Amino acid sequence: MSDVADRVKKIVVEHLGVDAEKVVDNANFIDDLGADSLDTVELVMAFEEEFNVEIPDDAAETIVTVGDAVKFLEKNAA
Amino acid sequence: MFDLNGRKALVTGATGGIGGAIARALHEQGAIVTLSGTRRSALEELAASLGERVHIVEANLSDKDSVEALVPAAETAMEGLDILVNNAGVTRDNLFMRMKDEEWDTVIAVNLTAAFRLSRAAVKGMMRRRYGRIINIGSIVGSTGNPGQGNYAASKAGLIGMTKALAAEVASRNITVNCVAPGFIESPMTDVLNEKQREGILGTIPMGRLGQGGEIASSVVYLASTEAAYVTGHTLHVNGGMAMF
Repeated sequence: MSDVADRVKKIVVEHLGVDAEKVVDNANFIDDLGADSLDTVELVMAFEEEFNVEIPDDAAETIVTVGDAVKFLEKNAA
Repeated sequence: MFDLNGRKALVTGATGGIGGAIARALHEQGAIVTLSGTRRSALEELAASLGERVHIVEANLSDKDSVEALVPAAETAMEGLDILVNNAGVTRDNLFMRMKDEEWDTVIAVNLTAAFRLSRAAVKGMMRRRYGRIINIGSIVGSTGNPGQGNYAASKAGLIGMTKALAAEVASRNITVNCVAPGFIESPMTDVLNEKQREGILGTIPMGRLGQGGEIASSVVYLASTEAAYVTGHTLHVNGGMAMF
């Protein structure tokens, strides 16, 4: 597992208070991990902070699973 | 009660009659205050009279870039933002049938759109910190309407609806969003009334007098306090009984 994936999963676990084993690549934040729409905004803010990157709104909308976040950040984070 | 020590507050339209009173009251309760307005000299004068724990950020709220820069500048100056008071407001009164598009646009831009943009910017940090107070200064005419003020009444009614929507969205994050709706308050905005208009207005106010800026400010202090934590989406009418809801 990549370092990016580890960091993403840690944030998701902390933020949503879910078990780490549930935070798999195809887990949907809202449907599988119990996030509400505000949580998803906060997750994006947390990713921005952790990876020191700006995630524009249209990109944020495409990040619906844990894997989406990892993929985006692997590509765009410094 | 209502201790605001260490809280960081941004007040727009701080050089106005009501805005100045709000800034002063928040400061008196211990808050660090950023004063925003268009007139540098008036802002400096108010800052000087308050003393320490005061910052100034000039902003023209009819200008998008200026609005977008305001919250980040205040957050940098104060190292955070706990309390946002959207107080700035303008009037461009005219009979509805004669109202120019630009009179409408200016009032909506400053009174409503700027409050939207500032709240949107402020709520980000507030969510992160799990604490925030947003207080929008509305007006009695947002609920009652007023001839000659179609634009102003629409902007203030808009604030009330926006307050409720945002309040519902961020309540779970310990952020409250409320509105204070003044009636007729002694201020530069009501100084322009002539004697006859003034008398007519006084006749409609059960208290028989105009309100004072300080009476709006104390309502804002309450809503900004931790004691008001369970009050959100509310519009607090401060109008001497002129309209009761």
